[in-house]
Amino acid sequence: MNPFAATVWHVMRKDLLIEVRSREILYTTLFFAVSCVLVFAFGFVREGRAVEDAAAGILWIAIAFSGTLALGRAFERERHNETLRALMLAPVERPAIYLGKLLGVLALLGAVQLVVVPLVAVMFQARLFAHPLLMLGLLAAGTTGFAAVGTLFAAMLVRARSRDVLLPVLLYPITIPVIIAGVRGTAALLQAEVDLPMARAWLSMLVFFDVVFITLALWTFEPVMTE
Amino acid sequence: MLSVVRSKVRAGLRCGAAVALTALLLSAGAPAFAGQQPPRTTAAQEGFVPVDELPPEDRLPAAPLLVAAYAIAWVAILAYVWSVWRRLGRVEQELAALGRRAGTGARPGAGE
Amino acid sequence: MNRLFPVLSVVVAAMFAYAPVMIANAPYESTMGLIQKIFYFHVPVALTMFLAAFVCGIASGVFLFGRRRAADRVAVAAAELVALLGLIVLTSGPLWARKAWGIWWDWDARLTSTLVLWLMFLAYLLLRRYGGPGSERLAAGVALFGMFNVPFVYWSVEFWRTLHPKTSVLPTLQPGMRGPLWFCFAAFLGLFVLLMAARVRLERRRAELEELYLALED
Repeated sequence: MNPFAATVWHVMRKDLLIEVRSREILYTTLFFAVSCVLVFAFGFVREGRAVEDAAAGILWIAIAFSGTLALGRAFERERHNETLRALMLAPVERPAIYLGKLLGVLALLGAVQLVVVPLVAVMFQARLFAHPLLMLGLLAAGTTGFAAVGTLFAAMLVRARSRDVLLPVLLYPITIPVIIAGVRGTAALLQAEVDLPMARAWLSMLVFFDVVFITLALWTFEPVMTE
Repeated sequence: MLSVVRSKVRAGLRCGAAVALTALLLSAGAPAFAGQQPPRTTAAQEGFVPVDELPPEDRLPAAPLLVAAYAIAWVAILAYVWSVWRRLGRVEQELAALGRRAGTGARPGAGE
Repeated sequence: MNRLFPVLSVVVAAMFAYAPVMIANAPYESTMGLIQKIFYFHVPVALTMFLAAFVCGIASGVFLFGRRRAADRVAVAAAELVALLGLIVLTSGPLWARKAWGIWWDWDARLTSTLVLWLMFLAYLLLRRYGGPGSERLAAGVALFGMFNVPFVYWSVEFWRTLHPKTSVLPTLQPGMRGPLWFCFAAFLGLFVLLMAARVRLERRRAELEELYLALED
C-alpha cells in the first residue's frame, strides 16, 4: 500500500477502534439525533399528521445538528490528548491525515443515520425506501459534503478559543447548499408523484459540491493547520 | 515624519467627515422634496379620497421608507468611519507613548 | 496613498453631496414611483459588496499560500466592508420591496445568496475576534471556502426556487437612469478605496505596535 493510503487507513482505523471500544460519541450523537427529530416533530406535526415535506427537512436538520456535535466531540478528543499535534508532527502527508479523519467521521455519521433514517420513515410515514439507491446516494453525498467541510473546520478550531460555538457559526453558512440539495432531493422522492429526474439533479449537484470542497480542503489543510 | 503623516490622515478623515455630514443633511431632504414634483392625479386634488381609492403610486407611504433606507445607509457608513478613526487614534496614541518610553528610558535588563 | 487620501476624501465627499441632486432629477419610474430612488444606491452598494468579498477571498488565498502578512490586513479590511455594505443592501432592499411589491423578503436566488454571503463574512469576523491567537490563518481558510461556496449557494437557491414564481427585481433601465447609477457606483467605489486604505492602515499600525511591544520586552 502506498504511504498516503497507509496513513489514511491508519488514522481512520485508530478513530474507529477508539470509538468501537468506548462508543461514547456514537451513543451520545445517536441520542441527540433522535431528540432532534422529536423536538422538530412537535414543531411540525399537526393533528397527528406531519406538515408536507416536513420529513425531508427534519431528517436533514437532524443530520446537520448531530453531525456538528459529532465533529466537535471527535476533535475534542484529539485536543484533550494533544494527539492532533502529534499527528501533524509525524512525517506523513498532511492531506492523508485529513482524509483519515474524514473517513472516520463519515463512518460514525453513517452509523447514526442507520438508526435515524428508518426512525424518520416510521414516524412520518415517509416512503424513504421506495427508491433506495437514490436515497442512499443523496444521504451519502450530502453527509460527505457536510463532513468534508466540517472536518476541516473542526480541525482548524482545535486550538482556537470559543471553538464550541464557532464550529456551527462557521459550518452552517458554508453547508447551506448541501442542506438545500439534501432536503429538496429527499422531498422529490417523497412527493405523491415521485420526481426522479429532480432527485437525480440534486444528487449530481451534491456530488459536484463534494468533489470541489474535498479538493479545496485537501489543498488548504496544511497551510491552515501549520504556522 | 510619523506625526506629519498621521496628521495628514487625520486631516483627511476630518475633512471628509465634515463634508459628508453636510451631504447627509442635504441628501436627507433632497429626494423627498424632489419627489413631489411629478404630476399628481386630479382625484387626489379634489377633496377627500378614501385610502383604498388613491392611485397606486401614492407618494406618502413611500417617503418614510425611502428616508429610512437612505438614513440607515448614511448612519452605517458614518458609524464605521468614526469607528475606524477612533481605533486608529487609540493605536497612534499607544505608539507615541511607547516610542517615548523606548526613546527616553533605559531598556529593562534581560532576564529579570 | 497617504498623499492621495485627503484628495480622494474631498472628491468622494463631493460626489456624495452631488449624488442626491442627480438622483432627484433622474426620471421618475412609472410603476414604482418615489421608492424606486433607493435603486440608485442599493445596486452600487451591492456591486461594491461583491467586490469587497472578492478582494477578501483573493487576499486570504495570498495570505494562506503566499504567507504575506500584508494580504491578511487587506483581507480583514475587506471583510469588515462586506459586513457594512451587506447591512446597507439587506436593509434598503426589503424597504424597497415592501413598498414596491408588498413583501419584505422573497427567497429568491439573489437575495438569499447575498444573505448567505453576508453571514459567511460575519462568521469570518467572529472567528477573528473570538477565536484567540492564530485565528488569522483559520479565518483565511474560511474566507476561501466562502468564496468557492458563492456559486453553489446561488445555484442551489435558484434551482430550489424554479417551481415558484419569480419577481423581477430590476426594471429595464431607462436611459436617464444610467447616469445617476454609474455616478453613484463611482462614488461608492471611491468610498470603498478610502475605507480600505484607512482600515488597512489601522491594521498596519496595530502590527507595528505589537512588534514594538515585543521588542521592548527583550
